[in-house]
Amino acid sequence: MKKVYLDNNSTTPILPEVRDVMLPYLAEHFGNPSCLHEWGDPPREALETARNQVADLIGGAPEEIIFTGSGTESNNFAVKGLAMANQKKGKHVVVSAIEHFSVLNSAKTLEKMGFTYSTVAVDKYGVVDPENVRKAIRDDTIMVSIMQANGEIGTLEPIKEIGKITKEKGVVFHTDAVATAGTIPLNVKELGVDALSLASNMFYGPKGVGALWLRKGTRITPLLDGGIQEGGRRAGTENVAGIVGMGKAAELAKTHIAVRNEHLTRLRDRLLKELPARISRVMITGHPQNRLPGHASFCVEFIEGESMLMLLNSQGVAVTSGSACTSRALLASHVLLAMGLPHEIAQGSLLFGFGMSNTMEDVDYVLDVLPPIVDRLRQMSPLYSKFVKQSKGG
Amino acid sequence: MPIYSEKVMEHFMHPRNVGEIENADGIGEEGNPVCGDMMTFYIKVKGNRLEDVKFKTFGCGAAIAVSSMVSEMAKGKTIAEAMKITPKSVADMLEGLPKNKFHCSNLGAQALHKAIEDYQNKQKAGGKA
Ligand code: FES
Repeated sequence: MKKVYLDNNSTTPILPEVRDVMLPYLAEHFGNPSCLHEWGDPPREALETARNQVADLIGGAPEEIIFTGSGTESNNFAVKGLAMANQKKGKHVVVSAIEHFSVLNSAKTLEKMGFTYSTVAVDKYGVVDPENVRKAIRDDTIMVSIMQANGEIGTLEPIKEIGKITKEKGVVFHTDAVATAGTIPLNVKELGVDALSLASNMFYGPKGVGALWLRKGTRITPLLDGGIQEGGRRAGTENVAGIVGMGKAAELAKTHIAVRNEHLTRLRDRLLKELPARISRVMITGHPQNRLPGHASFCVEFIEGESMLMLLNSQGVAVTSGSACTSRALLASHVLLAMGLPHEIAQGSLLFGFGMSNTMEDVDYVLDVLPPIVDRLRQMSPLYSKFVKQSKGG
Repeated sequence: MPIYSEKVMEHFMHPRNVGEIENADGIGEEGNPVCGDMMTFYIKVKGNRLEDVKFKTFGCGAAIAVSSMVSEMAKGKTIAEAMKITPKSVADMLEGLPKNKFHCSNLGAQALHKAIEDYQNKQKAGGKA
């Protein structure tokens, strides 16, 4: 059977070039980079190469890169660490309603520690209005954290504009760039942020490694106490192989970003255009144009995402859904609800994340197999039969 | 999809008794308070037996498998027997459900029982048909 992996929003595969440079650090170069003897040298040098590569990807300086264990850790570190380091100035934090749970739940944890936070709403496309960020900033606000793009709906946020406001107001600005770093060209200086989270597995690097870029001179309180790895800001023996892989993946992303985006945008645009043409009552979620290059997301009315996902899987197609039934907590996606979608529409959520191994043929395959799946589930759906009866009756 | 048993997958891929019954003797609709999903059961009763059972479901893979299994378990049974179908007996027949999907099996048994109650209420209201 044909196999089509369209879940690059969950993770991209590891490129062979990336895996190859990692292997020596799982073999002969096993040494601990903190050690002064000969075994420590290759891993230590490799860390510095990777630091340069990652810094280069986002236009930062190598000493501003702190390697972490994931995008989630980077977000936790930024939100909690920056708030704690600035708490003498105030105890209020601003986030958007569609942040990843690693940001939202960090804000909730801060609340338990005596901080407060405000949530900025989004419009129907999931866009944050910078003016609403301005309004949410109070005298005691110390930090704003708004993501650059949401992985569930693909919408890109006006980070530059928000950065101007935070600068003017003198508050620290963090952006979760897990969905964007290595995917679209970005430069921390142009964005006007103070901290930015990245995750290696979103751009063909290994899982279990991320980074936080922290503008020189920005104070942060470490989450982990211990040794003085990563300039004393992230203790613990480094995941050398993972970091080396992330560095290589960053270098490749930087070199190929334009070519990759051209390819991904073509696939995305065809699906965004054709799916609603072939299936009735399908809406695009997120911004129709201003979105991540490989990202296409929809809500299919009257049916539920998990059952679509399972039937697609039985046809060899891997996708994901934001429906309540697919979430372990059985909660409807906070992102889709924040955009004002009713619960039952959010249940029909379907996300496609294209990657470099996908072809136009894959798009055609989805366009062939999905309509009968939708049809089959609609024939089973009480909501659909109500709809059909109503449209006949009225 | 190894999160589900083979039995769940089999019922999900080939659900039995999907559809509606015209002029059903009883209809039961149940919403899932946890995830917001919905199931409707239709029954046709003859001489105290569920001669026919059909369903429509808006929900996850487990919910679809549950409705299919409930319909199969109920079809041909007496009303008293069908009232004894419990979420647990459905889940057992499906060789288990993941913990966080157990509530989907409540939905199935409840919707069936509601359809039976609907039938019984109609009987009371309209006298013996
Ligand atoms: S119907 Fe929603 S989780 Fe089963």
